[in-house]
Amino acid sequence: MFRDLSYNAVMARRGEIMKKALGLEYDEFIYSDIAFDYEGMMEKAGYSLDEVRRIQQQVGVGNTPLLELRNITELVRKTSKPGYGARILVKDEAANPSGSFKDRRAAVSVYHAKKLGYPGVLAATSGNYGAAVASQANMANLGCIIVQEVFDSRHVGQPEIIEKSRKCEAYGAEVIQLTVGPELFYVSLILLEETGYFNASLYSPFAISGVETLGYELVEQCRARYGKDPAYVVVTHAGGGNVTGTARGVRKAGAKSKIIGASVDLTGLHMASDNDFNKKSFTTGHTGFGVPFATWPDRTDVPRNAARPLRYLDRYVLVTQGEVFYVTEALAQVEGLERGPAGNTSLAAAIALARELPEDEIVVVQETEYTGAGKHPQAQLHFARENGVEVIRGEPKLNVPGKVIAIPEHFSQLSVTEVDLDRMRKSYIRNAVQRNKVSKITQEELEFLAEDTNSSPEFVASVLESLGVEY
Amino acid sequence: MSQTCKQGEWVEIHYVVLPAEERSPDVPEDTKKVPLECWVKGWAMSSGKVGEEIEIRTPANRIVKGTLTRVNPGYTHSFGPSVPELSTIGQELRAMLKEDD
Repeated sequence: MFRDLSYNAVMARRGEIMKKALGLEYDEFIYSDIAFDYEGMMEKAGYSLDEVRRIQQQVGVGNTPLLELRNITELVRKTSKPGYGARILVKDEAANPSGSFKDRRAAVSVYHAKKLGYPGVLAATSGNYGAAVASQANMANLGCIIVQEVFDSRHVGQPEIIEKSRKCEAYGAEVIQLTVGPELFYVSLILLEETGYFNASLYSPFAISGVETLGYELVEQCRARYGKDPAYVVVTHAGGGNVTGTARGVRKAGAKSKIIGASVDLTGLHMASDNDFNKKSFTTGHTGFGVPFATWPDRTDVPRNAARPLRYLDRYVLVTQGEVFYVTEALAQVEGLERGPAGNTSLAAAIALARELPEDEIVVVQETEYTGAGKHPQAQLHFARENGVEVIRGEPKLNVPGKVIAIPEHFSQLSVTEVDLDRMRKSYIRNAVQRNKVSKITQEELEFLAEDTNSSPEFVASVLESLGVEY
Repeated sequence: MSQTCKQGEWVEIHYVVLPAEERSPDVPEDTKKVPLECWVKGWAMSSGKVGEEIEIRTPANRIVKGTLTRVNPGYTHSFGPSVPELSTIGQELRAMLKEDD
């Protein structure tokens, strides 16, 4: 059968391809272009917490240790006002089979694909999720294709991403290595159509329900050992699934802990730019994903994204590349845990955040990731230098994404920059209105926007007024 | 690295997915000037030389055509050389832990 594989023809078939590749009918949850039944979708299409726990237990995913960072906590207290400096705990997600929390998402996606009888699974990701899907696919005896954005037009790739390709290939997956560009999605669609594989999207209800156990476990572990809930749960934020799934799990455990997202500040670097691609030293956990995915979640490979971070974020803070490399070194040197670097974004933020709280409070950093060749501060910093980025010791404010990486001179310099969430909420509402080209919205849509931005109908109304949209 | 492959050897091929002029309208200007390229590994369906067109069978059992780029491709990424800006952090933090408050 002839298939038109031109960009426009494939993109025109995207709805049909995605539906077949997810085995999920979104229409019943969708009220309009703007509004949909999020909780209904999560309940009906996802899996319950108990089901997810059972699925993950069978494949050795989850139940990771919650480690107390005693020396880092001590350093926080030495650099806080007297009586301050919360205890910092870290959920050692590197202990999952493929080395990151992404196994939680992959376990449920692959389980679902197997149940529905798909011959294999495909994921478009340059992150740890590729290895997670490949590892889980092996356990389920399914085929696996991982589509990655790896190189710039010089065929140069960051050591961190090369390592992620290697790991997928070590599991026997087919790895499609592409140059920079959003057409990664187009390539995935062609492959889904060709192979009949399941779209193990990072953003399906299956994938997100897989992360809920992470939030649930950390609260349980905290209560069992310390008899209290964490004051803050700090989550590295990129595409939004980590924040969404963790927060849902924390809430299901009945904890009121503040959910704080943390990203590496890469402001000014364009994610789809051939020139900028190798000027960044972080391939995930940064603002290049964190901001666009929060302010317009439905930019992904599914009809409605199950990762909706604005619903759950109490605060969103930024750290610099240099600070994350510094704490990665600290974690290895004073805690004996060689992890990261990208997964340590939330740890860098947690150190500054713990200083706000009294000593008897708890801050949980909810993930670590495996370290390997390429995925290492030395490899990444050496690569940055080779690509014209200056590496110095200096205070965090000297960092300039793509130009300067400043490694702090002292532990006391670790800090966070607060992002104005109301500005992000406004941006989300503007995107919802403008991308759907509407000049008037219904009461139902207004209520959805309030719910999806964790704001109020009054807040949404005021934004709509400023945009000249009727409601 | 060998410049030729035998049938059945593990190889890497390269092909252009989208020439520059057919790229998505959403890509930035610098990216629009270059093609979208792809590298994929699999087992050679025939013998061939680097630079020649060849077909491979991929791990997902697809047959893909492209230019042979590497035979028995491996990995050369590493932990990198020591970075002076990181090398003293451990000592600095240990010294801080020993200080009296």
